Amino acid sequence: MDRAATAARIAEVITPFNKNAIGISEATSFSGDLEWDSLTVMDFVAAIEDEFDIIISMNQQAEIETYGQLIDAVTTLQG
Amino acid sequence: MNDMTPTDMPAETKTDLFSRFDPLIKQRQDLLDTGVTDPFSLVMEKVLSPTTAICSGRETILLGTYNYMGMTFDPDVIAAGKQALDDFGAGTTGSRVLNGTYAGHRAVEDALKEFYGMDHAMVFSTGYQANLGIISTIAGKGDYIVLDIDSHASIWDGCKMGDAEVVPFKHNDIEAMEKRLKRIPEGAGKLVILEGVYSMLGDIAPLKEMIRVAKENGAMVLVDEAHSMGFIGPNGRGVAEDQGVLDQVDFVIGTFSKSVGTVGGFCVSNHPKFEIMRLVCRPYVFTASLPPSVVATAATSIRKLMHAGNKRAHLWENSRTLHKALTGLGFKLGTAEPQSAIIAVIMPDLERGAMMWEALLREGLYVNLARPPATPAGMTLLRCSLCAEHTAEQVEIITGMFERAGKAIGII
Repeated sequence: MDRAATAARIAEVITPFNKNAIGISEATSFSGDLEWDSLTVMDFVAAIEDEFDIIISMNQQAEIETYGQLIDAVTTLQG
Repeated sequence: MNDMTPTDMPAETKTDLFSRFDPLIKQRQDLLDTGVTDPFSLVMEKVLSPTTAICSGRETILLGTYNYMGMTFDPDVIAAGKQALDDFGAGTTGSRVLNGTYAGHRAVEDALKEFYGMDHAMVFSTGYQANLGIISTIAGKGDYIVLDIDSHASIWDGCKMGDAEVVPFKHNDIEAMEKRLKRIPEGAGKLVILEGVYSMLGDIAPLKEMIRVAKENGAMVLVDEAHSMGFIGPNGRGVAEDQGVLDQVDFVIGTFSKSVGTVGGFCVSNHPKFEIMRLVCRPYVFTASLPPSVVATAATSIRKLMHAGNKRAHLWENSRTLHKALTGLGFKLGTAEPQSAIIAVIMPDLERGAMMWEALLREGLYVNLARPPATPAGMTLLRCSLCAEHTAEQVEIITGMFERAGKAIGII
């Protein structure tokens, strides 16, 4: 799946987690802008993993700070 | 290069590394400003027995010690410790692999092998170091650790210290674990880490199913049985034994600081190459070994725990009685049924949790106040751990204290 298609599917997955309907761009930061607690992060990561049938290890999560980086990582992880 | 010394530098360029703790410092100050006693700086002035101590000059029933089997004041245990102090001195001043292995260290490892019916036992200076050492050493670069999200801090720190990829799954969720195992790249080493009893809510893991799934997917399995030793399972070997799957567990991690009644940690295993751990496991090598008195008390206690059927039965009786009584009073508990010797009473928030904790202390009862990040889902808990030495009468007194405090604070 190419980056655009991946981005479109991630946008669908993130909607129910973005409870305050914050406008999301590629530069949106998970910790800074979305202010998710650790449980929400875990549930969101699990949802992304299930959607794309991939693993995003904690080590990889630590490198993902922005929405754009997540799209890049998921695109790469699909191989 | 500039010629300014650090003290000449303008103030705004200095960064106080402690500023990252400011939110916690404020939260703590706000809590203390409400006038409650600081729940995290209690001093036990005198300890009278496994179940009673003097705190702030008042005799207090201890209901938050993890001293499940009440071995801390066992006369045989104390005699063994005193003898070892006389015979071997106060400490070893050395690593296990240098001058720090005394006869007592071998003896306690022999006691553990016998207790668990396993081929190898390795004793660490604390339970924390046992997890830190084993996990960080056996799972290396390119390997995958799949672990429960509610794992103890020592497990997380072991993961962080090692080089493996770390993949958590939702607490006790067999399907979530299986999905992650199946996605691991072919050929990668896999370690599944579970706990028998999860200490925050006192719930147990469905180890039988989880270990089956782990094995089907080619993973090695490590189970932390810190909170089950001595009273869960036909021989007190823990939840894996109770569910009939101990032979499938590659590594059992345990501690001397709960049922055994002293301090120290261990790993037991049937892995044929296990002994190499003594040379490659840094938290084992680069620290001093346990004092002779500690290993002597531990060995004596472990051997007594092999024959502690009556105490076990009474501990379970205590757990069931208190669970039923607190449920009856209207408290919200961590588990619907008592699954271990831990009963977690869920508080509405940190402030009322601290008030309730203080009210209980005034009544003469000590419990643990547990708060995030130690607790799951941001909960504030009053964690009670029962002891085989609590009398039925003490459990009744405890119930009365909870009723009065709960009504005074407005929780029930």
